[in-house]
Amino acid sequence: MGELATEKHVRYILSVEKRKDNFESVVMEHLRINGAYWGLTALDLLGKLDTVDVDEVVSWLMSCLHESGGFGGNVGHDPHILYTLSAVQVLALFDKLDVIDVDKVTNYIVSLQNEDGSFSGDMWGEVDTRFSYIAICCLSILHRLEKIDVEKAVKYILSCKNMDGGFGCTPGGESHAGQIFCCVGALAITGSLDLVDKDLLGWWLCERQVKSGGLNGRPEKLPDVCYSWWVLSSLTMIDRVHWISKEKLIKFIIDCQDTENGGISDRPDDAVDVFHTFFGVAGLSLLEYPGLKPIDPAYALPVDVVNRIFFTK
Amino acid sequence: MHGRPRKALKPEDEAASSAKAEKLRSLQAQFLANHHNHIYSKEALELSAKLLEINPECYTAWNYRKLAVQHVLSNSDSDPHSIFNDELKLVESALRKNFKSYGAWHHRKWVLSKGHSSIDNEMRLLNGFQKADPRNFHAWNHRRFVAGLMERSEEDELKYTEEVIGANFSNYSAWHNRSVLLSNLLKRKAEGYFPKEKVLEEEFQHVHNAIFTDPDDQSGWFYHLWLIDQTVKNDAPLLVSSWPSHGSNITLIGDNGLRGCGLSLLNGTLSDTGALPIILYFNQAVKGINSSSVAIKSELLKEELVWKPLSMNNSNTAQVWVVYLNLGNMELQQSKTYSVEINVGHSSGILSANGNHYGDPSQISFEVFVETTCTKPTEGQVGKRTTWDDTNFQKIDHFQELDSIATANQNHHIPKSSDWCIEQIVKEITNFRDLLSEYDCKIGKLTLARLLTALDMLSSPLDGKKSNTEEVLQLYIDLMKLDPTHPVYYKDEHSLILLKQITSTRDSLLPYCYYHKDATETFTGHVCLRLQNLSLSRMGSIENLLWVQMLDLSHNELQSIEGLEAMQLLSCLNLSHNKFGSLTALGPLRSLKSLKVLNISYNELGSHSIDTRRYLCSSPVAHTEEFTWDRIEILTGSFNAANFWEAFLIFGSLALTELNITGNAVADENFRSFLVKVLPTLKWLDEEELS
Repeated sequence: MGELATEKHVRYILSVEKRKDNFESVVMEHLRINGAYWGLTALDLLGKLDTVDVDEVVSWLMSCLHESGGFGGNVGHDPHILYTLSAVQVLALFDKLDVIDVDKVTNYIVSLQNEDGSFSGDMWGEVDTRFSYIAICCLSILHRLEKIDVEKAVKYILSCKNMDGGFGCTPGGESHAGQIFCCVGALAITGSLDLVDKDLLGWWLCERQVKSGGLNGRPEKLPDVCYSWWVLSSLTMIDRVHWISKEKLIKFIIDCQDTENGGISDRPDDAVDVFHTFFGVAGLSLLEYPGLKPIDPAYALPVDVVNRIFFTK
Repeated sequence: MHGRPRKALKPEDEAASSAKAEKLRSLQAQFLANHHNHIYSKEALELSAKLLEINPECYTAWNYRKLAVQHVLSNSDSDPHSIFNDELKLVESALRKNFKSYGAWHHRKWVLSKGHSSIDNEMRLLNGFQKADPRNFHAWNHRRFVAGLMERSEEDELKYTEEVIGANFSNYSAWHNRSVLLSNLLKRKAEGYFPKEKVLEEEFQHVHNAIFTDPDDQSGWFYHLWLIDQTVKNDAPLLVSSWPSHGSNITLIGDNGLRGCGLSLLNGTLSDTGALPIILYFNQAVKGINSSSVAIKSELLKEELVWKPLSMNNSNTAQVWVVYLNLGNMELQQSKTYSVEINVGHSSGILSANGNHYGDPSQISFEVFVETTCTKPTEGQVGKRTTWDDTNFQKIDHFQELDSIATANQNHHIPKSSDWCIEQIVKEITNFRDLLSEYDCKIGKLTLARLLTALDMLSSPLDGKKSNTEEVLQLYIDLMKLDPTHPVYYKDEHSLILLKQITSTRDSLLPYCYYHKDATETFTGHVCLRLQNLSLSRMGSIENLLWVQMLDLSHNELQSIEGLEAMQLLSCLNLSHNKFGSLTALGPLRSLKSLKVLNISYNELGSHSIDTRRYLCSSPVAHTEEFTWDRIEILTGSFNAANFWEAFLIFGSLALTELNITGNAVADENFRSFLVKVLPTLKWLDEEELS
């Protein structure tokens, strides 16, 4: 088996930030804050966060902040809860949470909780359990979880639980590994994992591992490196990660590297991107691959960052 | 980026990509300028439409379209129907570009919710999308939304899933939707869906077509498991076991009343606190256990009792509840028998997490006898250390009256299952045996193992039928070989079945029970349950082990002790030579107030960078525990508080007298000196006596 091409991935991530001339990077412009979170967290896991100009990133982030307290995906774009979490996560990485008005960001998130406990993504009312996770994760990082109705939020998430033990976007929605990460993560952060059917969900999740060693996100779908994160973090949170073969999954992720130019792709020999590079590295971190910083499965931030948030006076 | 091949672009393609990028960049810039200046002219709207057709993911542009619609509608002469129609057309063409675009789907939903557009077109559009990609979950979500708007019946939607599955059974999305619709119909007892028996029989037939056609295709697997669950499950909460068990005699050995003397039978709890625990173990998590839902009648009862849920997260719902009868301050007469009668669920109030009422009012009666002879206290004495060597144990030929052992067959009765339920499971067993005779497949074996286990659970142990555990154990051994990707899953199941087998009767338990001698060769009177060296990867059957005070689980492959919090009598526990990877894995021990002796030597504490129990243990990161700065700072002094948090959490709430933690990476000098501070009761650390 090959090894993780750490240096090349670092170089690749740094180059993505600069590259703005091809079609793909323009298409992704509206979610640049997500990109920053993926790239920077991957750099931190690889031990190379210090190669980044912190002030430059932070001042750009702040230019995406709206009066409402929400962040847009890039300068000029509308605020949305999706980008607000990424912004808060990046600030947490740099230990720079003091640059934002915490109450204002909190109010923005609190204003998005609906009567039934669910969360809208923004003022236009799309409801999804992804947004429940985001709200809970974000407020927890800001030490403001008590500002929302946690009990109702948990109840809504449970209303999205399916016969296979997994969770969907809304009640009745099909289980999907990404959605399961969101729901299990939200339940983990609110101390409610006793409400998860761990053995049933664990079986569904471990059956995501296909012959090649990779993980898919739903039954009878192709494996994809991003599920190394969604499936693995969920299995880790419910303590069932030993139900898959770690060796085979490590091999699959390593096989998806571009050993020439750096970066990790969804499947071997596909085009790389920063999203899959992050999820590949994060997956390897959960698999305790040597040389990587450990990542927290619920907050999707390095463990030392989470510990700094909760165990520092 | 998904599914795009990794290859360098040819120079001419690179140029084309740059040109496209330039065009899109300029569109986006113009669009953002219009958005920020609130320009909703025809040209501006066309420009945003063009942008969305190229890049449907640009969410701000969808927001802009909604603002534009609101703006145009505020003109009195506008025609809402045509305005909303334009939006629907735009969404349709955006979805043709990318039918996974959340923004586009939500825009469609937003438009339809306004109620100005016909929904007749939606099913046609959806059929098109679902043909192109029968698994697209956006399309399925939209379908549920539209069916709601159209007030299409659940029966009609159920027929639709039948059509989709008929065309191709390999469609997990359709099976999923079927489970959602069917559980609604069953729940509200819709016409034709009650009683459930006939419906479930048909569904079994239905899913067999999928599983038996291609047993390796997962589409029907989870649906079939769900049907088994629908067949056997009992919604109502039930009492599974208790300590003391019904009909048992508890002998307390005391001197000078009860205080000041070791009570050999109930060593840990009673001798220190004078409190007798009563444990109720239910089949699922329940709430509402209090002195009115559980009535206790006894002379021993002098004060209002407060039931405590044994949960890991301060929840008021738990599978196991405990209360302590305080005997310490009572003038108990020696050689007298006190009777205790507990009535569970005779008045309402006990509810499952789903709101189902307690099913089967039951009574537990037991007797407490106070004997005069005093055996001298043995545990925790200076100069003596608990050892777990074979020479310290003596096999038991037969249990004595005093050995308060309670096994599955003495525990609470399980209500008689319906004949239909047993027949259905037997039928499925035959079906899966037939499948396996033609094709050796993992789902066949796994399902057979589950069905046989379900059958054992349904059959009363009293009706004399032979249990199927031997066959089930063999099936799991076969599965470990057959499916090498998930061997530990099957190993865990194997462990659970093995423990069930061991704890099923007094006879099956006897070979694992020993009398324990302490370091001075004196019998402590403890019955030690020795489940060491059994390759256990998972702990289970705890409902049958509530009586255990001394437990040896060493030399197994355990990494968690989930559920052990129910063993409120436990005073000595050996977990050495296992695979415990983090201190948080010891979380259940925090509820064991009687635990005195813990051996956790030779495990993997401190060897793992990832803690898989972090969120299953009460902790500040899960908001189930406050970080108590003052105490931890005093204890850690110069050490980094964050590094010792877990140790503080676990050991800070125990009153151990002996702890062995050698052979773990975590146990360096710093850590050991922290342990001595956090455990002031400790007399022995590792093999050293503390001064």
